[in-house]
Amino acid sequence: MDRPPVSRGFKSKRQASETARLPPGQYLTTDFPVLSAGPTPEIRVANWKIALQLGGSLLGTWTWDEFEALPQTTITVDIHCVTKWTKLNTVWQGVSFDDLLKGVGLSEPPGAYIMAHCDGGYTTNLPVADLVAEKAMIATRYEGLPLAPAHGGPARLLVPHLYFWKSAKWLRRLRFMAKDEPGFWESRGYHNYGDPRREQRYDGD
Amino acid sequence: MTATDTPPQHPRIAWQTGRVRTIVAETSRVKSIILQPASWSGHWPGQHVDIRLTADDGYQAERSYSIASPPEEKLLTLTVERIEDGEVSPYLLDELRLGDALEFRGPIGGHFIWSQTRGGPICLVAGGTGITPLMAMLRHRKRSLAHIPASLIYSARSLADVIYRDELDTMARGDCDLRLVYALTREHPSNWNGHPGRVTETLLVENSFTPAQNPTFFVCGPTGFVESISSMLVKLGFDPFTIKTERFGPSGG
Repeated sequence: MDRPPVSRGFKSKRQASETARLPPGQYLTTDFPVLSAGPTPEIRVANWKIALQLGGSLLGTWTWDEFEALPQTTITVDIHCVTKWTKLNTVWQGVSFDDLLKGVGLSEPPGAYIMAHCDGGYTTNLPVADLVAEKAMIATRYEGLPLAPAHGGPARLLVPHLYFWKSAKWLRRLRFMAKDEPGFWESRGYHNYGDPRREQRYDGD
Repeated sequence: MTATDTPPQHPRIAWQTGRVRTIVAETSRVKSIILQPASWSGHWPGQHVDIRLTADDGYQAERSYSIASPPEEKLLTLTVERIEDGEVSPYLLDELRLGDALEFRGPIGGHFIWSQTRGGPICLVAGGTGITPLMAMLRHRKRSLAHIPASLIYSARSLADVIYRDELDTMARGDCDLRLVYALTREHPSNWNGHPGRVTETLLVENSFTPAQNPTFFVCGPTGFVESISSMLVKLGFDPFTIKTERFGPSGG
């Protein structure tokens, strides 16, 4: 591969310690930017329900109170947006994907892929292997407070090891699929998997 | 690769080098950089490119910038605002010179896009540099002869902060299908005919068509601005699926 041309006079403003923890191409932010394709839905938890599906059949549904009664997990993780910001040490609480599976009496996931469906029509696809073994949760609290609507409240998917567009906001439905299908951004030129360590931003990266 | 291999559905968006042909000072904090791409397969108004800078020690930084030029132009215009303490924008504004090579790839983004074939009416709502992708839409609209009804509500701090002001004013004067409203939040001239202050529901109602006309909205600007405008539009009865948003994070560099 050709070496990229040097940008005359360009120098990093980073500290070496800072760069070590960041995936390539990312920069640190201390605020919490909001990125989504349409207006923020205002969802009342009284009307909220979440469903786990296998193809067209329902494996289970939870109302807000039922969901809140599931075992709760708290994690502290770094998050990475494809628009290149990274935020360190974010604290989330919610229900792990493993506990959700147990909640419908499954010890093994019944499909290799998941499509996440959200209010507003957004979708994103993930391999199930990236959700199990405490790698992902459905988060309902951020830094100890109920998740704000702009950040996906009342509940969002959280898959911190992938670019953040995979952590779908306003989650309503997780659907197991036998075969992979692209979601909203994945069918618009974004990478199908989205690993920040490998800078999988766009299709072909 | 053999002849029987299936090519990937989307080719990799390759990095390429563009030459800086022109730099235009738009306001005290904003410049447009006009690039000559080596090759360009075209773009949709509303798409962006990624810029990559490489230091002599190999360190790289990438940022996304919206394309301001319409697809009809061979040169690519990017409009860059200074982010204080930023790593990339101060370089682009202060160091970059005519003739320099700038690495970029694109076009990227397939949601916040409009072309004349999609028709109208369209209502564009810009906050600050959020005008950039909307300007690509307006420039493209001007070149189509389809007389697509459009309105632009543009919120800026002061008249001096309005990017592309002369071009916008000229465009609106010669086009009865285009309505242009500035909302100036900090300073406005004493004999100001535009809207003083932030964009309000009333201003949106008066300048954004009716829900029955089913306009498509493109709202672009800082997060708080886009959140506030898109919530107002939903409250006013516009279908959320017709409201496309692009939020420029405050931490862009």
